[in-house]
Amino acid sequence: MITSFPKLLAATAITLKLLSASLFFGLFLGLFFAILRLNKNKFINKFAYGYSYVFRGTPLLVQIFIIYFGLGQIEYLRTTFLWVILKEPYWCAIIAFTLNTGAYTSEILRSAFQTIKPGIVEAGKSLGISNKIIFYKIQIPIAIRQSLPAYGNEIILMMKGTSLASTVTLMDLTGVAKYIISTTFKPIEVFIVAGGIYLFMTFIIHNVIKYLEKKYSFQ
Amino acid sequence: MELLAFGKSGWGDELFYATLMTIAVSVTAMFIGFFFALIFTPLKLSKHKFLNLIGNFYTTVIRGVPELLVIYLFFFGGSGAIMYVASIFGYYEYIEINAFITGAVAIGIISGAYSTEVFRGAIQSIDKGQFEAAKVLGVNKFVQFYKIILPQMLRLAIPNLSNVWQITLKDTSLISVTGLVEIMRQSYIAAGSTRDPLFFYSFAAVLYLLLTYVSMKLINKLEARYSRGY
Amino acid sequence: MNIFKKTILTVLASLLVIGNVYADKIRIGTEGAYPPWNSKDASGNLIGFEVELAQELCAIMKHECTIVEQDWDGMIPALLMRKFDAIMAGMSITAERQKTITFSQGYATEPATLAVMKGSSLEGMDTPAAINLDRSSSDVKKALKTITASLSGKTVCTQTGTIHQNFLESGDVGSVNVRTYKTQDEVNLDLSSGRCDVALAAKASFIDYAEASGKAVVTVGPNLSGGAFGGGVGVGIRQGGDDAIGKRDAKLLKDFNKAIDKARKKGIISKLAIKWFKDDVSM
Repeated sequence: MITSFPKLLAATAITLKLLSASLFFGLFLGLFFAILRLNKNKFINKFAYGYSYVFRGTPLLVQIFIIYFGLGQIEYLRTTFLWVILKEPYWCAIIAFTLNTGAYTSEILRSAFQTIKPGIVEAGKSLGISNKIIFYKIQIPIAIRQSLPAYGNEIILMMKGTSLASTVTLMDLTGVAKYIISTTFKPIEVFIVAGGIYLFMTFIIHNVIKYLEKKYSFQ
Repeated sequence: MELLAFGKSGWGDELFYATLMTIAVSVTAMFIGFFFALIFTPLKLSKHKFLNLIGNFYTTVIRGVPELLVIYLFFFGGSGAIMYVASIFGYYEYIEINAFITGAVAIGIISGAYSTEVFRGAIQSIDKGQFEAAKVLGVNKFVQFYKIILPQMLRLAIPNLSNVWQITLKDTSLISVTGLVEIMRQSYIAAGSTRDPLFFYSFAAVLYLLLTYVSMKLINKLEARYSRGY
Repeated sequence: MNIFKKTILTVLASLLVIGNVYADKIRIGTEGAYPPWNSKDASGNLIGFEVELAQELCAIMKHECTIVEQDWDGMIPALLMRKFDAIMAGMSITAERQKTITFSQGYATEPATLAVMKGSSLEGMDTPAAINLDRSSSDVKKALKTITASLSGKTVCTQTGTIHQNFLESGDVGSVNVRTYKTQDEVNLDLSSGRCDVALAAKASFIDYAEASGKAVVTVGPNLSGGAFGGGVGVGIRQGGDDAIGKRDAKLLKDFNKAIDKARKKGIISKLAIKWFKDDVSM
């Protein structure tokens, strides 16, 4: 048991890498689709809604299996440059996680944009500030602050979601836990230790978000 | 299309039954979750320090650990724990807990943690005056909770419970690891047998989308009904 | 007593479905994803060499048997948890596993081999047709050196918790970039997609896959046996003990050994082996 702890901690690094990469790309993707959702063009709007609906309406496990095992079977794909990325389980996992968290993030940001009081935007306009600057310097910062609690939840959900990387051969925290079990045959102990590490990460994320909420509170 | 044929040659009938299984597990898990929520919501709201701690422990741990891990723990530990309890009473044989119950309880415990949070939020948004009114009328705490708070809470909770339902429905895909043949497991078997994972996993995605779509329509109707009179 | 309470009690009662004891009924665990040893047909029924052999052995022992499906990665924990009483899942007898469980005598053996897709640089690897790792002759050493050189820098795929993984991690072929999968099906998929440069498994799995899928999978290098590959495939059983269950497990081991003897004498094992492997892999 004690000998497996360092191995699990080392695997935590992979979990954190997967998480931070997916959150990084997912935030941009989410912002992009949130902006599309606010577009008045019906087609663009529906497209963005369709994206978030599909990725929020299906299990992450299905998504990661389609991307890893499904796309891997398309022979044409293997002749294109895309295969350089799709060949690696690491990137397949990040693509799946990014698309998933992007869908939830777009919903969180959209509702945050919609709660911004129109008066704030009008105030900016009357001061002669350009639309672009209003959007980037006023609307986006307010929306981010507004969505902090919900986004904090999303970070925790995604952190837990990375455990599915183990289903596509990656040796993340869950993957290594399963590996140790395959040699020691002691599932309960190993899963409890791994669970403890996940719980600790949840605790840290939860408190960091709380701190940020306080620091950037409007009051 | 012949891959989806019903009967011996195709996977249509298997996938159909697997979809029913997903629905059955999700609904059962949701109710088991309500059962847990009814126990843990009062604990979470309790002013008693120890009871409060138990309530928080449940929601924090379950929501802070990957669902997959909870399911593995339950799968490997569930019957072991029951057999241990049985051995105290002098019963040493193997006790089988069937895959459906293992799966539904595991998902139910997860679903319950989310339902608890929803119920707590809903109760806290009920007008404080109601509690005082009940007190003045001398209604005891038990009756107050189940007859006054609970009915109102349900109405306030429905929109958020629909989120819990979606989470629960999707989480059932993870119990494929326990061997229960629901949509994901059946797709996995079919993909392995036909060597066409792209088709079967995509079809699984369509089935899940269909389930979320139909259930959201139903929940919206339910919501409209419970909001009558408001 | 209202309906609410009644339902709860019924649910609690139904939670404890008491399983049958092995006294007259043996539960045998298998994976159902490792053809031709054990797999599933399109209606979801378990089929394969071991499924039929299990039925024959049970008939000889005059026991009623049920075959239980279990994922490979939980196979030994499930046996220890008493989900079933015996494993027949292409599981080789190894010293590593014997630390936790015990095995009957072997009933079949099958060499392991490397496989690649046609056109790989590993094709035409210059080694003897077969090597036994238990013999440390110069031939074996030379062959291991050739394999080491061929595998270096390649992604080698295999199923988790198998003798094949043990071999790749044993140091016999240097330090290898191993990628492990939950099932052999997944290994085959990724070998044919090109994510794996080379895979290691039982020879029959590759031949079976190449035939069924029409993919250009070819086996390369020697047939491997001995050493990390263990001493044939046997029935996995819990180690006996002094309590009632331990005694029963010890008796089950004896029963299986006797039954395997009888089946072998009658030629049942050979016949089934030829049916499923097209080759007499019985032992």
